[in-house]
Amino acid sequence: MAASGTHDANENYLNHEKGLWSWLTTLDHKRIGVLYAITVAIFFFVGGLAALAIRTELFSAGETIPNLGPNGYNRLMTYHGAIMVFLVIIPGIPAFLGNFVLPLHLGAKDVAFPRLNLLSWYCLLAGAAIALTSLLMGGADTGWTFYTPYSINSAPAVVMMAFGVFVAGFSSILTGLNFIVTTHKLRAPGMTMNRIPLFVWALYSTAIIQVLATPVLAITVLLLAMENIFGIGFFDESLGGDPVLFQHFFWFYSHPAVYIMILPAFGVISELITAFSRKTIFGYTAIAYSSLAIAAVSFFVWGHHMFTSGQSEVASVLFSILTMLVGIPTAIKVFNWVATMYKSSINLASPMLFAIGFIFLFTIGGVTGIFLATIATNIHFHDTYFVVAHFHYVMVGGTLMAIMGGIYYWFPKMFGKMYHEATARLSFLGIFIGFNVTFYPQFLLGANGMPRRYFDYLPVYEPLNQISTIGSYLIGIGFVFAAISILIGFIKGEKAGANPWGARTLEWTIPSPPPHHNFDKTPIITAGPYEFR
Amino acid sequence: MWWLLPTASASTFMPAQGTKIAAEVDTIYAFLLISSLISFVLLIGGMCYFVVKYKRKSANDKTEYITHNHTLEFLWSFIPFLIFMFVFAWGWMVYHDMRKMPEDALEVHVFAKKWDWRFVYKNGKEVTAALDENMKLQPSTMVVPVGRPVKLIMASEKVNPSGNDPTDRPVLHSFFIPSFRVKQDVVPGRYAALWFEADKAGLYNVFCAEYCGGGHSAMRGLIRAVAPAEFEAWLAGEAVSTEAVAQVNPLVAKGKTLYAANACIGCHSVDGSKMTGPSFKGLFGKTEQTDKGSVKVDENYLRESVLNPNAKIVAGYPPGQMPPYAGQLSEDDILALIEFIKTLK
Amino acid sequence: MSSADQHAHGTGHHYAHHFESAEHEYSSSKQGIWVFLCTEILMFGGLFVGYAVFHHMYPLLFKAGSTFVDWRMGAANTVVLLTSSLTMALGIYYAQKRDAAKSGLMLLITIACGAIFMVIKYFEYSHKIHLGLLPGSWFHGSLDVTFADGTVQRVENLPLYFSFYYMMTGLHGIHVLIGMSLIFWAWLRVRKNEFGPHYYTPVEGVGLFWHLVDLVWIYLFPLLYLVS
Repeated sequence: MAASGTHDANENYLNHEKGLWSWLTTLDHKRIGVLYAITVAIFFFVGGLAALAIRTELFSAGETIPNLGPNGYNRLMTYHGAIMVFLVIIPGIPAFLGNFVLPLHLGAKDVAFPRLNLLSWYCLLAGAAIALTSLLMGGADTGWTFYTPYSINSAPAVVMMAFGVFVAGFSSILTGLNFIVTTHKLRAPGMTMNRIPLFVWALYSTAIIQVLATPVLAITVLLLAMENIFGIGFFDESLGGDPVLFQHFFWFYSHPAVYIMILPAFGVISELITAFSRKTIFGYTAIAYSSLAIAAVSFFVWGHHMFTSGQSEVASVLFSILTMLVGIPTAIKVFNWVATMYKSSINLASPMLFAIGFIFLFTIGGVTGIFLATIATNIHFHDTYFVVAHFHYVMVGGTLMAIMGGIYYWFPKMFGKMYHEATARLSFLGIFIGFNVTFYPQFLLGANGMPRRYFDYLPVYEPLNQISTIGSYLIGIGFVFAAISILIGFIKGEKAGANPWGARTLEWTIPSPPPHHNFDKTPIITAGPYEFR
Repeated sequence: MWWLLPTASASTFMPAQGTKIAAEVDTIYAFLLISSLISFVLLIGGMCYFVVKYKRKSANDKTEYITHNHTLEFLWSFIPFLIFMFVFAWGWMVYHDMRKMPEDALEVHVFAKKWDWRFVYKNGKEVTAALDENMKLQPSTMVVPVGRPVKLIMASEKVNPSGNDPTDRPVLHSFFIPSFRVKQDVVPGRYAALWFEADKAGLYNVFCAEYCGGGHSAMRGLIRAVAPAEFEAWLAGEAVSTEAVAQVNPLVAKGKTLYAANACIGCHSVDGSKMTGPSFKGLFGKTEQTDKGSVKVDENYLRESVLNPNAKIVAGYPPGQMPPYAGQLSEDDILALIEFIKTLK
Repeated sequence: MSSADQHAHGTGHHYAHHFESAEHEYSSSKQGIWVFLCTEILMFGGLFVGYAVFHHMYPLLFKAGSTFVDWRMGAANTVVLLTSSLTMALGIYYAQKRDAAKSGLMLLITIACGAIFMVIKYFEYSHKIHLGLLPGSWFHGSLDVTFADGTVQRVENLPLYFSFYYMMTGLHGIHVLIGMSLIFWAWLRVRKNEFGPHYYTPVEGVGLFWHLVDLVWIYLFPLLYLVS
């Protein structure tokens, strides 16, 4: 292994340097990936507790948690949304798994700009610190969407939140920038663009969105902060501004941001399906280019969030048809994954369970997306629990399942040990069943007309809400098992070896954990990434 | 299996249909449910079959090397495309009906504020939330006749319309009637319109669907659809005497007073003669050529022209003649003026 | 952070261990800078779109607002920035030629131009603040506007123009300040004679950023000063 003789065989990126300081100043993409893992896990814990509190409050009509009140509830709902979107799901796959895996997938020694990579982690921390400071100022209660004019009066908490999102946005921009250049410039010899793994294609498409859409979010939240501080009037009708303009600006970022959240998950699933089916991916080109197609079209569909805002019928119709078009490349991916499983050899280890769970849940999330893209039905479902259920099926049932699958898949590579399989399977059961019990009833609630962001509801909605709340506790238990399986892995996990799954991509050709410089000899690539022959 | 039965789903899992459009929306919904259920079963069923059939038997399993299949890939791109386009077109047609405002509708004005709805009828009759005899809160209840289109003209207002508190600003709301399957955001600074035609008598919920703060979930209303005769009796009863309704529409009367009191009278005639500004006679509903292109004179244009007269100047009139009335007229005043202008046919 | 991660190169420049050569590092860095400039354009793009929307809603407003700004000051600043772009380009050229003295001088002139720009901006701002021409709800000047043809008219939403004026020129001004600091940093490194034909990425990157700042101003000037 360590043929070059520059270091001994036991040296790896974890023990290469020691001490907290060496971690906080590391430029190694693998260590930065681990730093992201820790931060994202902490934010996920906080956001998850908020979610459980929300569900507990909604267990019965009226106030359930004593003294929470509608204002407390609205803050819970705001911080749950903002933390999960900006601090968990957006950095979740690209900055954590992507950072660790992307250079390994390309046969590179690091990302193109290691210092920027570290800076982006500090941007996330700083952004999170600034945003959470708003809690000391009474807390923001605008929802994560910050719609004007309601958000104009909530200063200074909203101003702090806006600046926090602004700073955290730079984390996303810098990661995207790094990934674009790395993919273009640091591929191993022989690795043409149609030989890069599909996870890289997904990250690359994501990076384009991050780089092009996040600056618009930056200017939007900056304008929102200025609106609060100086009353500049862009979004204030009493000064001649237009409150709906804010929605256009916000969704111009935030709709592509939905794909920042889900595209990397597609990439992870492509890796998992082929590795655990021990079969080359079906339709490599279609999956690769559909990622790019989704990224491109995603910039032109933002108005589907605004069918009821009073925008012109022509605009609504255009946004509706474009939204339908996004459905096609998305459907293509799902068909390709299932086709890959045909005549394969399927290993039902935990990562594959999560991948199968992903396909199941994401398909529900996807087809309900068509319900929402259809204008006539959208008018009824808009801003109801149907929408809440839909995007949780995509964001949690999709992205979070992919993160879990990815963690179990790459955990042996990251730490050289196996996680605990039995508890990992239990975590899958808890999350998968709990998820459906939580969110399926919410489709019914929404169809029945229960609006979202409701602290209180009519008694007729109570039974379904109770089922939903019980489901959320199941999800919580599932994640406790997930934590246990990882902990056992750290403490007494069996040694993993270089390639425990029999996968074909480059990261599995080097020892686990990988050495500091990844590849002692730069690999020469002569074939595609999934050559199971 | 409720989702296979649109009628059952409508009564059990969707709120009762209150309008013809609601039935049309439910038909699309049922189609989507059934077609997505079929696709889901095929796809996920196929996946589960593969999982069972091709479960790894030994560590040395050989697998087929299949990279792509153009026919298959074309089919599973093109068939969804056709289905999506079909659903899109269908959804557009029904949406078009939702947005096409009927000409002869009964107009009701809706004011949204934190956190209550206020309904104002043409004769000045106003409905807000109230306490009943048992001191229980009754949400604002709009009474409408069955079988006649009702058009809502909606505005967002401050909590205290005459106050000057800078933090008291109108915010977004959304008027949502689940049983009618319609919803419209109420955006500060402009009028939003919504119409429906209740086809059976009954009591229907109204929710605020756009987040508006602490009282968001408590911002409820009701629509009571009654027989036309009962509606007329209700409209005439209580607050307003029958003669008053017969003689003059109070909103119009108020508008007429404002027309004189706010110097509109100096520049805008009511008989069609040309003065400094365009005449009000026959103005409403007309299409005017302005410096921003042609504009149909509707509530929003009139409102804008009162608050910010120079925004769109009718061709042939110089800009800058009229002072803006922003901050000088309340939402009710503007509404009364518009109603007055509407009567000048 | 260990310096062992860097490779010594024949010309004295160290390139990071994950690149194959100094050229490889240079082309990667340059691509990174271009991608970053894209994000900058998109960020200013948000403001330009806002401008377009409001210009469509109230053309009179921007005509009215532009009567309060002195196009001569704007034009002077345009000339100053264009000059600075030229000296910046020369600074890069001499850095490539390993002429530290000339390169340093050019960079100093560029910084000076940036400073002149900010001084002129300061006079413009203080004059407006004096008249109460502040953004949005802070506005307390007169709403009566004297147009170029001598007519006087009250423009109710005049403060909105100044919101745009301050947001656009302010964000641009911050970029000028950032650009000046970056050029100063490049100048420090030029003085240490760090650059030559094989390695001048930092000067070039800073230069590209400075050209973008210049370019944004070239759009701002007509939109805010010459719109009438």
